[in-house]
Amino acid sequence: MIGRLEELCWRWRWCLGLLWLGIAASLPMWGLSRVQLRLILMIALYAMLGMGLDLLVGDTGLVSLGHAGFYALGAYGCALLQVRLGWSFWAALAGAGVLTAGVGLLLGLPSLRLSGSYLSIVTLGFGEIVQMVLRTWESLTGGNYGLRGIPRPTLFGLELTLANGGLPALALILATLTALFCRRLRRSAPGRALRAIRDDPLAAQMCGIPVPRWKIAAFVLSALITGLAGGFYSAVNGYLEPTNFPFNTSVVILSVVVIGGAGTVRGAVFGAALVQLLPQVFRGLEQWRFALYGLLLVLVMRFRPQGVLGWRSRVSYRLPGKEGQCTYPAKG
Amino acid sequence: MTLSSAVNGFLGAILGGLALGMAYGLIAVGYSLVFGILRLVNFAHGAIYALGAYGVFFLTSRGMGLLPALILAAPLSGLGAWAVEKWALAPLRRRGASGMAQLVTTVGVSFLVQNTLSAEAVFGSEKQVFPSLNAFGSVQVFGVTIQSSQIIMFLAAMGLLLALTWLVQGTRLGLAMRACAQNFRAARLVGIPVEAVVGLTFFLGGACAAIAGTLIGGYYQVISPTMGSLIGLKAFSAAVVGGIGVLHGAVAGGLVVGVGECLAAQYLGSNVRDPMAFVLLIAILLVRPRGLFGREGVEKV
Repeated sequence: MIGRLEELCWRWRWCLGLLWLGIAASLPMWGLSRVQLRLILMIALYAMLGMGLDLLVGDTGLVSLGHAGFYALGAYGCALLQVRLGWSFWAALAGAGVLTAGVGLLLGLPSLRLSGSYLSIVTLGFGEIVQMVLRTWESLTGGNYGLRGIPRPTLFGLELTLANGGLPALALILATLTALFCRRLRRSAPGRALRAIRDDPLAAQMCGIPVPRWKIAAFVLSALITGLAGGFYSAVNGYLEPTNFPFNTSVVILSVVVIGGAGTVRGAVFGAALVQLLPQVFRGLEQWRFALYGLLLVLVMRFRPQGVLGWRSRVSYRLPGKEGQCTYPAKG
Repeated sequence: MTLSSAVNGFLGAILGGLALGMAYGLIAVGYSLVFGILRLVNFAHGAIYALGAYGVFFLTSRGMGLLPALILAAPLSGLGAWAVEKWALAPLRRRGASGMAQLVTTVGVSFLVQNTLSAEAVFGSEKQVFPSLNAFGSVQVFGVTIQSSQIIMFLAAMGLLLALTWLVQGTRLGLAMRACAQNFRAARLVGIPVEAVVGLTFFLGGACAAIAGTLIGGYYQVISPTMGSLIGLKAFSAAVVGGIGVLHGAVAGGLVVGVGECLAAQYLGSNVRDPMAFVLLIAILLVRPRGLFGREGVEKV
């Protein structure tokens, strides 16, 4: 049933895409409340973060526990370029993306020598070190006092805010672009190379896939997406402090990936919606919220390790070359 | 600063680092033993450490002495670690789930335990005052002040580590543990009850972590629900620095990390203290990926 639904969605993807575009663009006119708009924005933001991490976790099989570090770098990078150097939001966002991608390149280097748990611990250390730098480098980041007065982005002279729906619309657009990029990547040769590395690095190497290069590329892309999400977050918040990016954030991003279904866009969107909606639903259980995330992670791993929406795609897979269409073994 | 005060500062940092490092070693063996057998970083270990400290805190606040409370709380924490293995990790192994699934499970457990502890209905997220370990004041040795809490911490941790070493090297249980670490499948084939051995390893690691939690809690005289996350990471770094899967490596790594961070705090500023473990970790991994005492050919999965 689910496979049939997925096939239908794939066949009508252009219509669905246009419909989605219409929804996203008309968001400001829907007369939603600020709370609802913020919820939509946060879901889109976390979907973007999830998709970014998913490139590492789901596709390449490298578990990063330090993505809050990239998130923080993107946010601070974007904010500082605007506040200290007077760049426009869009230039600063691009700059923050380049910055985090560069750091992702550096952090990707250990991934050549380390794998599995070791790599996770190094990324975790990276997250802690980023926090320490943000705290300590007071002359640049404002330290524990935080960074204030981050301007809102403007588009054609119009200031985008939460109230006028501009920021949520932008969030949806960014998340959609990320989703399209991930989708495209997964159906391309680089995406297949990453999955080959995930399943068996040695065999991938023997097939002629330059494993080190693709591992680092995965890190760079993942850091880039996370950094862009961070830059956008700085514009939403208007105020940054190091405690905005604790280890908990890394875990929440990881649960977005894992709960929904690693390696899929729908999983990231579902996971993001879940982690954002759960606190709203369990409003009375505010103090148990994070404990609940932990329990959810354990239960999902125990009973559905492929994620709630994780299933093998049944959409026919077009390989490059002249052979034309070939169907992946359709198994549930 | 005169020469003698400089020397005293240096010696003080070294001695403080050794005491702290021994306690780190006690946590690190938990990581090391589990990693040796399952090739898994148990992220829930730091949470068990906090759980043990809170268990002791709860019992002492009900009027129990520190030592009886510890004797009661340590096995209970061990039991907690065993339960995590039994109900969350063993089913995954039986199904042949990926290492990533197990890793994420331990992260989830750690999250669950920490945030349960910090819920208002349980202990609350604020720091709590922990009974002091500094029972006998401090002594002056060659002008260096040594607190009795440091001596107690050092001796208690060392005694436990010696006992653990005896357990692993000198008993049948230890033989079974080493067999599992060497080749899990072969150990199962020759009739070693591997699941029971894994469970016991978690129990031992959890109990040691609880004792370390009490020692370090008593040393700083303050505990918080998230106390385990940073120290757990440091202890794991210590285990890797010393060579993971090797018992004396964990101790050596703990001492290196403990002394390293005390020296860093003394000479580079207190902001550098906590990240020092990770700096050491990354440096060691780049130069000597097996760690100081790591065996040749330990596969990193």
